[in-house]
Amino acid sequence: MKKLKGFIIFLIVAALTWLLLTGTFSRDELLVGGISLVLIAVLFYGYSDLYRGIKITPKIILFYPLYLLVFLKELIKANIDVALRVIKPSLPINPGIVAIKTELKSPLSKLILANSITLTPGTLTVDVKDDTLFIHWIDVKGKDVESATKEISSRFEKILKEIVE
Amino acid sequence: MTILGDIFILIGSLFLFLGSLGIFRMPDVYNRLQAGTKATTMGAMSLILGVGFLNTGFLVKSIVIVLFIVLTNPISSSTIARASHKSGVPLVKKSVVDVCKDNVKKGEV
Repeated sequence: MKKLKGFIIFLIVAALTWLLLTGTFSRDELLVGGISLVLIAVLFYGYSDLYRGIKITPKIILFYPLYLLVFLKELIKANIDVALRVIKPSLPINPGIVAIKTELKSPLSKLILANSITLTPGTLTVDVKDDTLFIHWIDVKGKDVESATKEISSRFEKILKEIVE
Repeated sequence: MTILGDIFILIGSLFLFLGSLGIFRMPDVYNRLQAGTKATTMGAMSLILGVGFLNTGFLVKSIVIVLFIVLTNPISSSTIARASHKSGVPLVKKSVVDVCKDNVKKGEV
């Protein structure tokens, strides 16, 4: 049952992508799109268990735009931060790899968290091992797990917990 | 709409330029990835959106392309970082801490 639900969500996402990319409802386009997306779904669905973690409730629909807003803000901040470091002649970096702990369990939420960390100010996910994420940090502010977790991931985790857990 | 598109394209190319400058100036793989990923994601996003604004028939497609870039770009850079770390590419000398390496020595990772 859970597998079927994941399969259907996969189909819907793929169909939406196809429709948005082609931008028409002509018969030929729909036919080709339909055939290829069923083929892709059947062939590759077994390799991915990400879609099985997706749940859709009103609360989640409310939280996705909020997450997107937080994420966009952090992305712009990240860019200005890195750009300033690059421009300065002294190249003010203080890099290192730190470990942080996450309370998120599902693979989908960990993926979103890792991606968000990569795109936010000065941090890059190097490896994920169970509940530990190894982060390359361009300007290390805390070497131990607690302070690093607080600085890097807490702002995303609060919202992600509401969405995907 | 044209002015908006032009502004987006200008911002995009500025960030792409800064990203490439960052790849030149940063001292090791990981720092280069930092500059590369962030600046190119934002730069490409802004550039493609700008093209979408200039040619409104293309706007929906450009938004889909932006979504793909946002989803895939961080994954690829994480993968490169992970691969370099596993194959032992060293961090630059002035690095402060490398928890990951300590764990490898202890046999935990």
